Amino acid sequence: MNSLLGPFLAVLRRDLMLAWRGRADVLVTLAFFVVVVCLFPFGVGPETNQLRAIAPGVLWVAALLSTLLSLHRLFAQDHIDGTLEQLLLSPEPTPLWVTAKVMAHWIVTGLPLVIAAPGLALLFDVEQGALGVLTLSLALGTPILALLGAVGAALTLGLRGGGVLLALLVLPLFVPVLIFGAGAVDAHLGGTGADAHLLLLAGGLLGALALTPFACAAALRIAVE
Amino acid sequence: MTTDTLNRAERSRSLFRFAAPQVFYPIAGRLAPWFAGIAAVLTVVGLYIGFFVAPTDFQQGEVYRVIFIHVPAAWMSMLIYLVMAFWAAVGLVMNTRLSFMMSQALAPTGAMFCFVALWTGALWGKPTWGTYWVWDARLTSQLLLLFLYLGFIALTRAIEDSRRADRAGAIIALVGAINVPIIYFSVQWWNTLHQGASVSLTKAPSMATTMLSGMLIMALAAWAYTFAVAFWRVRSLILERERHTDWVGAELEAEAKRQ
Repeated sequence: MNSLLGPFLAVLRRDLMLAWRGRADVLVTLAFFVVVVCLFPFGVGPETNQLRAIAPGVLWVAALLSTLLSLHRLFAQDHIDGTLEQLLLSPEPTPLWVTAKVMAHWIVTGLPLVIAAPGLALLFDVEQGALGVLTLSLALGTPILALLGAVGAALTLGLRGGGVLLALLVLPLFVPVLIFGAGAVDAHLGGTGADAHLLLLAGGLLGALALTPFACAAALRIAVE
Repeated sequence: MTTDTLNRAERSRSLFRFAAPQVFYPIAGRLAPWFAGIAAVLTVVGLYIGFFVAPTDFQQGEVYRVIFIHVPAAWMSMLIYLVMAFWAAVGLVMNTRLSFMMSQALAPTGAMFCFVALWTGALWGKPTWGTYWVWDARLTSQLLLLFLYLGFIALTRAIEDSRRADRAGAIIALVGAINVPIIYFSVQWWNTLHQGASVSLTKAPSMATTMLSGMLIMALAAWAYTFAVAFWRVRSLILERERHTDWVGAELEAEAKRQ
């Protein structure tokens, strides 16, 4: 067990350390999230009832776009300086350290969004009781986005126009997460309870955790071959 | 017993023989015109039944006749994605180049059928529902399927190294295939939660047999068309990939002489 946990934690610590050294990059993702969310009232008008109705969808779409924006960084730096090849050559199982990298990426880019979301929801006059559901849905959903996006990031590694291509590849795959994530808040506000949505999101997270590291490992091998 | 296993080994070897691009190239060339001919004949017959033989629908009038193009296109677009994912999986497991080429040859046809289904659906929706588009579960999942096709095509075209393009495309095709049912059911659930069954796509419970036969004939025409186009496209892919080999040179020379 320890023989697996050791490399996992080493990669996790390394990526978190690197992210800490380049804090500005991380803050850009968060700033993007905040700015996108704040743009919507200008677009649809400051009418409170309308803002309250669209708040879950706006926050979720903004979280999805911010995730997308940071995805290409997941493997790009390691690909350029050769770390990725060294990791692939190492005897440790690839899905293991891929999971560690995605987890570090989520802690750096996803977690700040989850923490910032309730505050932003207040700008849209969302009922305070729904804030917990919103946070929980984002906490369960954004890791799925990171895991699915990692496969796309690995497939488009080092390609011309990789960023746009990445968006085209992964956005259709994000749709179920968006539906259940935003739907959880709506269901809570509608009175039916968000349990079903949150359970489905949790199930999706477990499924993605079990399957995507292997797809991602295969995609990385193809990319550096 | 021994002869039986020997035969089986021989047979499987003979099946694998077709996986060689060199062997498949002339076969595809010979089959494609036949399928194109079958497709043309079936389309004419199917459209004749659809436009002149099938009775007018008592609810929708003449508009419903778009069904003869709409439904076969929608069926085909979903089926082609599965076939594409199947060939991608075969390619990854068996390491056969032709399988990857086949899945790439199928993708544009699938995207085309997907687009046709959406377009004819919009044209059908306007007179019957009063709107070109509703966020109905079927329409939405069809739209997402089109995006999946476009992603696959864009990815395989963006990678220059054909070996990497093949494998990367195969992975995204498989990830998409796993996601298609998830997308379908999530979209269905989302839709029913939001607006209930305000617009239902279910048709009259019993369909006139002429309508059904016209639709089935059109579906067969779509199959034949797909075979023909995929074969032609895979031939160009083979030529492009194998242009450095001797047999392609000989083949092209022979073709030039024939003309």
